[in-house]
Amino acid sequence: MISDLFTATVLIGIISSGIRLATPYLFASIGEMFGQRSGVLNLGVEGQMLLGAFTAYYIVLRTGNLFLAILGAIAVGALMGLAMGFVTIQLQATQGIAGIGFYLFGMGMSNLLFEKLIGVVENINGFPAVKIPLLGDIPVIGEIFFQQNLLVYLAFLLVPIAWFVLNKTTLGLKIRAVGENPAAADSLGVSVVRVRYFTVILGGILSSIAGASLSVALLNVFQQNMTAGQGFIAVALVYFGSWRPFGILAGALLFSMVNALQLWIQVLGIPIPSELAVMMPYILTILVLTLSLSKGKGPSALTKAFEREG
Amino acid sequence: MEKTATQNLRSAFETLEMHNITKRFPGVLANDHVDFDVVSGEVHALLGENGAGKSTLMKILYGMYRPDEGRIVLNGKEISIPTPTAAISHGIGMIHQHFMLVPTLTVAENVALGLPSSKGPLTDLDVVSERIIDLANTYHLKIDPSAFIWQLSVGQQQRVEIIKALYRGASLLLLDEPTAVLTPQEVDELFVIMRQMTDDGYGLVFISHKLHEVVEISDRITVLRDGRKIGTQPTCDVTTQTLANWMVGHEINFITSQEKVDRGECRIELRDACCSSDRGTEGLGDVNLKVYSGEIVGLAGVSGNGQLELAEAITGLRSLISGKVFLDGQDITGLPPGKITEKGLAYVPEERMKDGMISAFNISENLVLREHHRWPFSKRGFLRMPYIYEHTDRMIKQYRIKTPSRATLAKNLSGGNIQKVLLARELSRSPRAIVAAQPTRGLDIGATEYVHEQLLDQRKKGAAILLISEDLDEILAIADRIAVIYEGKIMDILPRETATKEDLGLLMAGVHPGEELETGNC
Repeated sequence: MISDLFTATVLIGIISSGIRLATPYLFASIGEMFGQRSGVLNLGVEGQMLLGAFTAYYIVLRTGNLFLAILGAIAVGALMGLAMGFVTIQLQATQGIAGIGFYLFGMGMSNLLFEKLIGVVENINGFPAVKIPLLGDIPVIGEIFFQQNLLVYLAFLLVPIAWFVLNKTTLGLKIRAVGENPAAADSLGVSVVRVRYFTVILGGILSSIAGASLSVALLNVFQQNMTAGQGFIAVALVYFGSWRPFGILAGALLFSMVNALQLWIQVLGIPIPSELAVMMPYILTILVLTLSLSKGKGPSALTKAFEREG
Repeated sequence: MEKTATQNLRSAFETLEMHNITKRFPGVLANDHVDFDVVSGEVHALLGENGAGKSTLMKILYGMYRPDEGRIVLNGKEISIPTPTAAISHGIGMIHQHFMLVPTLTVAENVALGLPSSKGPLTDLDVVSERIIDLANTYHLKIDPSAFIWQLSVGQQQRVEIIKALYRGASLLLLDEPTAVLTPQEVDELFVIMRQMTDDGYGLVFISHKLHEVVEISDRITVLRDGRKIGTQPTCDVTTQTLANWMVGHEINFITSQEKVDRGECRIELRDACCSSDRGTEGLGDVNLKVYSGEIVGLAGVSGNGQLELAEAITGLRSLISGKVFLDGQDITGLPPGKITEKGLAYVPEERMKDGMISAFNISENLVLREHHRWPFSKRGFLRMPYIYEHTDRMIKQYRIKTPSRATLAKNLSGGNIQKVLLARELSRSPRAIVAAQPTRGLDIGATEYVHEQLLDQRKKGAAILLISEDLDEILAIADRIAVIYEGKIMDILPRETATKEDLGLLMAGVHPGEELETGNC
């Protein structure tokens, strides 16, 4: 019954899986944030995640090497980012449409490869939980935060790093300038094209790792369309977080907690129709986006291609 | 001693020459074998109408355009300037007409952008800020390095642009229409800064189409027309009349005198009108204004002080929070814009291409935008094309619209002709009142003259005209009374005969002339 949710074990379980489930959101959203801060909207995150998920899973399945799996995901993500960059930055295609194209490509390609190369759903040994010495032994807190796998730690570490890069480095300054007023950045000798390629490729890599985190660290399995819209939620989270790493962190946690809650509701057999529970994160997406629309506007040059005159 | 900071940054500059510069754009010869030169310690003004090729020439010098022909020689050595970065490394800086600043970044961040940092990959904003303060002190460019650009006034933003260029070691500065956005007082301040810089050996190029400013600040003047150089003269040796003739290519008579028209009844009235701006701040605060039949009231003010809100409040495009608007004595507060138009109000919006026309529509379609749904332009929901064409041809002739055909798209017309189409649509309805916002902005002298004639003609026919303009010369030339708006409030309304530029300038800056005198006497 509903009261089953409020026992200590279950609450710890929900929060602990919430933390874990935030991993793909964090990787993908932070990557998307860099792209958007430089003026490129990438709606292809979902496709990049699926290909990353498949690549990492396939490498683990064949070699058992987790390190190689992440490298493979990085390579695939970089390629997808490069392709997205070429289409939107070089050829100046409409970003939204190009992104949808890349989403469909990533989904179709990962489906095809899965059917041709694997065919059946098979479990693998993914990233094991790593208990951090001392911290991991703290009751409750240790269980929630310090007995997770490597990718979870990395995802959370990414937040302050992203903040630092964006606000304290010359690179971050260039990214912010290019996203707000590319003409001004250009007039000072900043290469708008190079900065945007960098952020879009970085975004591709992080999205791909986000997908990999699903297939080789959280679920340890690959299924067709396993991301189930998380890539789009990641894009929404960038808006929710007002293009700031810590805002995104808050949004990612909110969503993953709701997700964890609905999983536990199903596990505990609480009589709420499971379809309704599954819908919760998506309903939340719509609500959050509607409510956050009134908040501060994003980068001024977002979705605008840059072309020097003359 | 305090100048060491800037001297370290500066590159040596003696002379710069541009020889035989030619630049072609599709269908246009923007620069036609133009020669130009600047020497250290002078202000060389580049004078010409819009489209004369001034900006193109300077953008070539700043590496934004590649010339098709010609040579650039700096300090006796031929150089090539393929990019702005190359220009900067040669000590050339440009102050763009539309500021190249990132509004969401601070002053220091804008200055540091694109420069190598003393801390490697990390930003060194503290170091940058110190040097900004040094530079600012030398040239009295008071600025707070940690302020965000969006918090600064236009004049302050321009200073940031100057600091940006100086910081990069510029010793030759290209100022592209720097006074266009400033109040008269800010212009004076800018000129003081410019003088100080030439005293220190900088070379300055001052681009403008405002004769009196050019004469006031420059040492030499070069006039461009239609991409060609007409002449270069020391400022002391030329008269304003000569320069004006050079610019236009024929003798022009400035419209200054005008016969008086008897003022009739009140046509437009705002009573305690309040409304908010697009940003949600106060747009208009308790504005009271009357415009009578047969008069032109000029609304002077620095851009963004409520002019747009005022125009939109009258035309019904913006709703009032409180107060009333009357047209011909009838309360029109809260009426939709279409109804107000029907009652005889014509509107010439500031953004003529965005708010006044549909750029992808042709002249005929744009001409009937307002009344297409009414006889004789349509009948039972069907457009009467033969009549519309007839009407278009009549308008093209009557308003002297230069166009290849009536089917030409609005976006393919020149600025002056776009304005003529707009005027034809608005004025051919014999309006009882007209709101004209910046009707001559961006137009050349010929088209400006034309617009003024049309407005004066309407005044003679008894229309009440509110002329919103940032150009004081324009207002002083044709307005009967001058209202000054500052931060959404009408500072004062002066008859033209007693209004001086100085007083208007002070009012535009939010100061009543009396107050200023008192502080001046202390």
